[in-house]
Amino acid sequence: MRRQILKGLAASAIALAALPALAQETVKVGLILPMTGQQASTGRQLEAGVKAYMAQHGNKVAGKTIEVIIKDDTGIADISKRLAQELVVNDKVSVLGGFGLTPIAMAVGPVATQAKVPAVIMTAATSVVVEQSPYFVRVGRTMPQMTFPIADWAAKNGIKSAVTLVSDYAPGIDAEKFFKQRFEEAGGKVLDALRAPLASPDFAAFLQKAKDLKPDALFLFVPSGQGATLMKQVIDRDFAGSKIRVIATGDVTDDDLLNDMGDSVLGMVTSHDYSADHDSPENKAFVEIFKKVNNNLRPNMMAVAAYDGMDVIYRALTATKGDANGQKLVDAMKGQKWMSPRGPMEIDANTREAIPPMFIRKVERKNGELYNVEFEATGPVKDPTHK
Amino acid sequence: MLTILFDGVAYGMLLFVLAIGLCVTLGLMNFINLAHGAFAMAGGYLTIVMMNRYGISFYWGLPAAFVFAALLGAVLERTLYVHLYTRSHLDQVLFSIGLVFMATAVVDYFMGANQQTINLPPSLEGRVTILGASIGVYRIFTIVLCGLLTIGLQFVLSKTRFGSRLRAAVDDGRVARGMGIDVTKIFAVTFAVGSGLAGLGGALSTGIISMDPTFPLKYMIYFLIVISVGGATTITGPFFASLLLGVADVAGKYYVPAIGGFIIYTIMVAVLILRPQGLFTKASR
Repeated sequence: MRRQILKGLAASAIALAALPALAQETVKVGLILPMTGQQASTGRQLEAGVKAYMAQHGNKVAGKTIEVIIKDDTGIADISKRLAQELVVNDKVSVLGGFGLTPIAMAVGPVATQAKVPAVIMTAATSVVVEQSPYFVRVGRTMPQMTFPIADWAAKNGIKSAVTLVSDYAPGIDAEKFFKQRFEEAGGKVLDALRAPLASPDFAAFLQKAKDLKPDALFLFVPSGQGATLMKQVIDRDFAGSKIRVIATGDVTDDDLLNDMGDSVLGMVTSHDYSADHDSPENKAFVEIFKKVNNNLRPNMMAVAAYDGMDVIYRALTATKGDANGQKLVDAMKGQKWMSPRGPMEIDANTREAIPPMFIRKVERKNGELYNVEFEATGPVKDPTHK
Repeated sequence: MLTILFDGVAYGMLLFVLAIGLCVTLGLMNFINLAHGAFAMAGGYLTIVMMNRYGISFYWGLPAAFVFAALLGAVLERTLYVHLYTRSHLDQVLFSIGLVFMATAVVDYFMGANQQTINLPPSLEGRVTILGASIGVYRIFTIVLCGLLTIGLQFVLSKTRFGSRLRAAVDDGRVARGMGIDVTKIFAVTFAVGSGLAGLGGALSTGIISMDPTFPLKYMIYFLIVISVGGATTITGPFFASLLLGVADVAGKYYVPAIGGFIIYTIMVAVLILRPQGLFTKASR
């Protein structure tokens, strides 16, 4: 009897030992997204972007089945770190991804480094983030990449003085710093740099201050998904009547919110790497499948970053012939070039930083809807802060 | 200068209408309802849906938001809140904060997580110049409407039979009941009106700020500041507290933008140290 039991145990032990070999046929991708809380709209767009990619390309690559696990960190860095540990230790994911805000990416960095798991940054846009771990690869964009083109455009288009108004957190301060640097190098002058608290519901005082300083232009930055409140109050304060141009990074005229902003934002000039209106076959296909699988939602810059993030993971797995070793995957991601819905994309082979194309766009009405219509391409922009 | 004052007053008035219902339930009915912001959100989203999906005028949106939030308040009061009147404050806090999370999730599911706004009717857009200061028409509208509401509320509470019954019911519910006052009904009506005002406040705030599912949590702090500064036993206390906070917040952000966001909290801390019972309350008996 006892021998029987032992035999049985041995058999099941062998069966168990054989399991990991089977499990390796699946490559797990753990995404940490803010699905609830203040950044929930970002999380939704990221998830929708991943869904669109999987719908278009299937879940098989290089003989492996891709399994995506989505965890909600509610936008709070402590939770993100814990979730990253759980994904690595319990779920045994081969790649991490997502990260809605800079502090979140910062918190996950040490986990990725220790576990030697590549972490694909889709959203966080502060320049320093990607330097925090050799396993970080960014597919989104950085603050200076977005702000330099608009600062250049402003200087070239008769704007001599400006006031900046940004959200008071790392990327906002980056936006302020790089706009000022570039704009003043080109001979402009920043009269004042205003910072509104991140959760500020009423921008009245800051906007009035900006207006009273009588600059040629007001430069704005708030995180994606929060532009609606700001633009509403900007319009209410009638900057156009005071001959002050309002310019911004594309986060403010986010594709997700733009349509509800009304005709008052027509003509507003912004800089960004993605507009749902971008004229290319890749983007047309992307927008079509995105809307189809996501209940007619319009993709924004977050969605395209998630789409590109999945693309980079698929490409890396193809290059390693399905080997999900962390170091090999990161090495395969470096220097990847591809045609994204945004235009030609590249991952810098040295810095693991995204090199996206950049455009100057103007809000226009097209087929009854508001879009950021690109009218000037500035070409790929390397992040200027990395050595 | 005058522009800043006006913006501050308008913001304060808005805070007042949003918070007054909470003052009533907390101060008069001794019930902590942290889910108050959820009623404001209900009013706000109703206005957004009416205007953006059905093209109904903003002027209809305001009373509709009041009625909708009041009905919602009445139903919830009868079915849920009524069981918690006699429970400890901790139970009330836990229950109502749970309700906030449920409201957030429900709105998120039906309306989506992104910020949603309305486009004001042309008659409320634009700016006018008064005494050399340029002032937004909508902010004037807010001030006038909220001012009228305050006067009306003060009148009802101090001069009408309902007001004296309510005060009696609050001061000593048992005696009031003994005198033949229907305390249960009075509380139900008061709760509904408080929720309705929150709904109206929510609808009004869609004209300045936007709605998203985290609205009740974002504004809970402001409501509580208004109450802790103004005290919750009168209408005038929270009213002046809202004005003070609104003006201090806007003026602070204008003149010292570097620390502007903290001024509202500094005032609260100062008031709590100097007059823990609230700025406009008589010292407790």
